[in-house]
Amino acid sequence: MVNRTEQRSAWQLLDSGQLLLIAIAGLVVIVAVTQVAAVGLDRPVTAVIFGVLIALGELARMVMPGNREVAPIGTAGALGYALLLRVGEQPADQTPLQVVAVTAAGMLIGSLPHIAVGRAPAPDPMARRLLCIALVAFLFRPIAGRLLPAGELSKRDWLLALALMAAVVALAGLAEVVVAAMIRAEAVRARFGIALADEIGALMALWVATGPTGMLIAVATSVMGLTALLVFTAPILVTQVAFRRYAGIRATYLQTIRALSRVTEVGGYVEPGHSRRVSRLSIAMGRELGMAEAELLDLEYGALMHDIGQLSLGDPIPGGATVLASPNEQRKIAELGAGVIEQTGVLPRVAEIVRRQSEQYRVGRSPSTAPPLASRIVKVANAYDDLVGDSGDRDRSAAVLERLRLDSAAEYDPAVVESLSRVIDRGGLARL
Amino acid sequence: MRGLPLAAWAYVGGVVAVAGILIATAPYTGLHWSTLAVLAVLFLVCDSAPALLNIESAQVAPSYSASLASVVLLGPVGAALVGVSAVITAQRHRGAVKRLFNGAQFALCGYLAGEVYVHVGGTLGTLDPASVSRTLGPFIAADVTFVAVNLPLVTGILLLTKTANLREWIDELRPLAVGYLGYGMLGLLIAGLWNKVGASAAVLVLLPLFVARWAFAQSRAQQEAYDATIAALCQAVETKDYYTRGHSERVSRGSGMIADEIGMRPERAAAIRYAGMLHDVGKLGVSTKVLQKPGNLTEEEYAAVQLHPMRGLEIVREIGFLDEALAGIMHHHEKMDGSGYPMGLAGEEIPEFARVISVADVFDTLTSTRSYRTAWTLEEAVGELRRSAGHHFDPVMVEAFLRALDRVGWEPPEPVVLPERDRVQTTRQDHDDPTSPLKVAGDHLTQQW
Repeated sequence: MVNRTEQRSAWQLLDSGQLLLIAIAGLVVIVAVTQVAAVGLDRPVTAVIFGVLIALGELARMVMPGNREVAPIGTAGALGYALLLRVGEQPADQTPLQVVAVTAAGMLIGSLPHIAVGRAPAPDPMARRLLCIALVAFLFRPIAGRLLPAGELSKRDWLLALALMAAVVALAGLAEVVVAAMIRAEAVRARFGIALADEIGALMALWVATGPTGMLIAVATSVMGLTALLVFTAPILVTQVAFRRYAGIRATYLQTIRALSRVTEVGGYVEPGHSRRVSRLSIAMGRELGMAEAELLDLEYGALMHDIGQLSLGDPIPGGATVLASPNEQRKIAELGAGVIEQTGVLPRVAEIVRRQSEQYRVGRSPSTAPPLASRIVKVANAYDDLVGDSGDRDRSAAVLERLRLDSAAEYDPAVVESLSRVIDRGGLARL
Repeated sequence: MRGLPLAAWAYVGGVVAVAGILIATAPYTGLHWSTLAVLAVLFLVCDSAPALLNIESAQVAPSYSASLASVVLLGPVGAALVGVSAVITAQRHRGAVKRLFNGAQFALCGYLAGEVYVHVGGTLGTLDPASVSRTLGPFIAADVTFVAVNLPLVTGILLLTKTANLREWIDELRPLAVGYLGYGMLGLLIAGLWNKVGASAAVLVLLPLFVARWAFAQSRAQQEAYDATIAALCQAVETKDYYTRGHSERVSRGSGMIADEIGMRPERAAAIRYAGMLHDVGKLGVSTKVLQKPGNLTEEEYAAVQLHPMRGLEIVREIGFLDEALAGIMHHHEKMDGSGYPMGLAGEEIPEFARVISVADVFDTLTSTRSYRTAWTLEEAVGELRRSAGHHFDPVMVEAFLRALDRVGWEPPEPVVLPERDRVQTTRQDHDDPTSPLKVAGDHLTQQW
């Protein structure tokens, strides 16, 4: 499965939504560049300085949790250029198309060093960022041209301009989030509503910092000229540092749990790759069942560490397959594992997931006492992987699914088993 | 605030009185009351925001921007009045005395910064764009004055109430001062834009900073969660042997002590703490039977033991640590004379991290109880480190460790009392223990110690 995806070329990995987005962005850029080439660059010095800022921002782009690429400094700079009304004493009359051309050029130049060191470019986040700037430029510049006087702006005019900027920036931010959610929903097979909530949760704080900085850059450059530009990027610089650190720790956290969950394999308690496979299956099933990103993270941690309780056993269970162990033993392993995770003092939900993974779906007749969805998912994924393992044998997989189905309603949650069957039918696990 | 020492009362009283006299006798002519009101609200919002955003360890840094902006826009008296508004902050967890003190000290800071600003030739009132650059020099003087008055005043109260000890606080002062100066400089930007867009300028400048503070708070919380998680998981690995409980954490602490003593950069010191914590995860790859075997090990079993640093490396390789941390884990059983494992490196070939970890590792092993012997005293263990410096350990690291030991001390683990009811797992041999090397059947390797 994995090999096949690796053999596909980069373009084939993109979903139709991403392709559409990139095509539109490409088209807009071509039109913009042709237009600018035909009529020439208005106020080239300003254009170049903003282009450099955008390029630097693109150079400093970063990846937020959930593999979301962002470039706050570049976006703030481009927003500033799209919203720019004056440069000191002079009016700034760049057309929206020129804004697009300058932004595109800056982004491209800023990406070159990334490509030079061998980091593959991600065309769709770049396309999204560019279209967002285009939207701001095409909305704001004509309206501002009509509403605001051509000469010196009074205090009233400035407040009107600020209100307009805020509205346009908020709208563009919303549009970007919606597009990002659509693409993500397609890429990871999540539902759109859930993907949208996830995107808003993940990116809103950053937008609250980036949007106002873009406005600030526009206002400050209008009032104080281009020298103010660099000074006014200071707040967003601090923000970028803060978010980069946050993203770094989040990534290390996940890497560490992924790595340490392997101690059960090295210790010979479970088959090699078991924890990783169970976690991947669990995430795919969780998405299928409509879990939100925060819940999926807990599910991932829980799935990775679901066998950690085995470390407290004297000798490994034969073959490491907990599904073949007695219910008592399963419960003991789950208890011990939850105990370890509780020791951290910071992952109470994960401990609960691990503790209740051994429970039957339905004890007696009351579904109200059923274990949490994440526990039910880990239970099914663990059973499936214990029985199928690393083998890609379709017959075996089908037989195991059949067995899980027969056991469902009592041992396993039927809805969860069905989601597993859909994940397996798809023939692959969704990309993260 | 109950039980405040007398000296602290006197100190607070003095500061409040000075500020009170200052405000009571100040000339109020020509003050822009509307600008003052807006700036006071801004100051209050900034001062209260940490409480509203639920950030622990609230520092008032963004309100510095508002204070410094008021120095330019209002002059000394106005800046003092803006500072006074700290009395009615939304930080309700601060007691009345604390708020009163804050208001008074901010008033003093604002006043003095304003006086300095005026005396070195800063222009008061709204700035026109052209004059911003000429204002820069006086403004920096005002900013420095503000911070230079603020920090000593706060230091005084913290020391008198014993909420901070001098040494730790001085370590924190430098980054604080830099941060405060930075926030203060933003005041000039706010003042520069005030003429055109008023308080909206402050919102645009400060909103990103609030988001940044929120993100910093988030990452600190994540960092703490991370440290707790890694410690708990390492402990889980140790449950395999009852006697080695807490070993990872103590080796982590010992390695950190050496790192601090030899002046490692903070990132490297953090990495070596993690490396110390994780140095033995590979031991899980060694079968329990081998670890618990009472008699001599066969050569194969001994080989399995010798491979454990490699297994550890295999596990932690994917974590985004410094490569040095990985090297430290892999080579922590190398010896200076080249007789260690897994690669038999000698002297300077052994990575620095590994030379550090091996000292802490052996020291903790010696001072812990094992099933076959009781714990050594600290003095005995120190003697052993001294004897082995040069052929087993790097003498530099041993010396650094002994210095750190003198300074911060060492808490050896409690004597182990095996619980009665459970069948606990213990080992009969410890691969870390140089005084009782692993016994390998008919092999010369045992003669090395």
